[in-house]
Amino acid sequence: MNISFNNALGVHEHALELRTNRAEVLANNLANADTPGFKARDIDFQSLLSEQMQGKSNEQSLKMTTTNGKHLPVNGTDDSADLLYRTPSQPSLDGNTVDTQTEKAEFMKNTLQYQSSFQFLNSRFKGITTAIKGQ
Amino acid sequence: MSLSQIFDIAGSGMSAQSIRLNTTASNIANAETASSSEGDVYRARKPVFAAVQQDAMRQAMGGDFLADTPESKGVVVKGIVESDAPLEMRYQPDHPQADDRGYVFYPNVNIVEEMADMMSASRSFQTNVEIMDAAKTMMQRLLTLGQ
Repeated sequence: MNISFNNALGVHEHALELRTNRAEVLANNLANADTPGFKARDIDFQSLLSEQMQGKSNEQSLKMTTTNGKHLPVNGTDDSADLLYRTPSQPSLDGNTVDTQTEKAEFMKNTLQYQSSFQFLNSRFKGITTAIKGQ
Repeated sequence: MSLSQIFDIAGSGMSAQSIRLNTTASNIANAETASSSEGDVYRARKPVFAAVQQDAMRQAMGGDFLADTPESKGVVVKGIVESDAPLEMRYQPDHPQADDRGYVFYPNVNIVEEMADMMSASRSFQTNVEIMDAAKTMMQRLLTLGQ
């Protein structure tokens, strides 16, 4: 029986990466809470996670194939499709759609979910270590 | 690692808010600075915020998921503008700065507006500090992975 890291770590590895990216997007929303015209953004965690699990070069995602090293990678849809815009509940007159309370709540929730993903990943590593040592 | 980007983003937010607080302090301190002519009088100063756009070149070259999306990274103060609000003219013939008609010009600083601005700036600063603190905790936990 061989140990495969991909099987052993499972979804948690990708989840942790996505949580980090989401934290960045939310931090950016909060930093721009007073910027006129700024639109709050977020990612769809579930769809991105399943996309990552299936591999990026999936045929279903409309990405162009590159057959030569000189080809520039072009996506069928534009890259920013991953980042969605939040539907504002109370848009302000200056065009800013950041709701500080919502963003802060989402950030804290994301941090907690990051910690649980981390906990799961850590226990997987501990399991592998035990298996290797055989103790 | 995009966790370290959070420090830059929150840091840019903190510095922008402290500039805003700085202009508020300056406006309140000069709220009663009288002047004898319309040109010399102090005018309320306001910072102009804008989102930092990521390098377009890096995005054109392709790359990882999310890392190269045309997403802004933090906030920047584009400049500080002086308010166009009308100045206050007070009839004070005994004032040493009074002009020949007996009028003194006072700045167009609205104290109530400035106080509200001050509260908003300090709250936003606080939020950015909390974000930085959370990112620090996340990073420290990551360092203990596999231990």
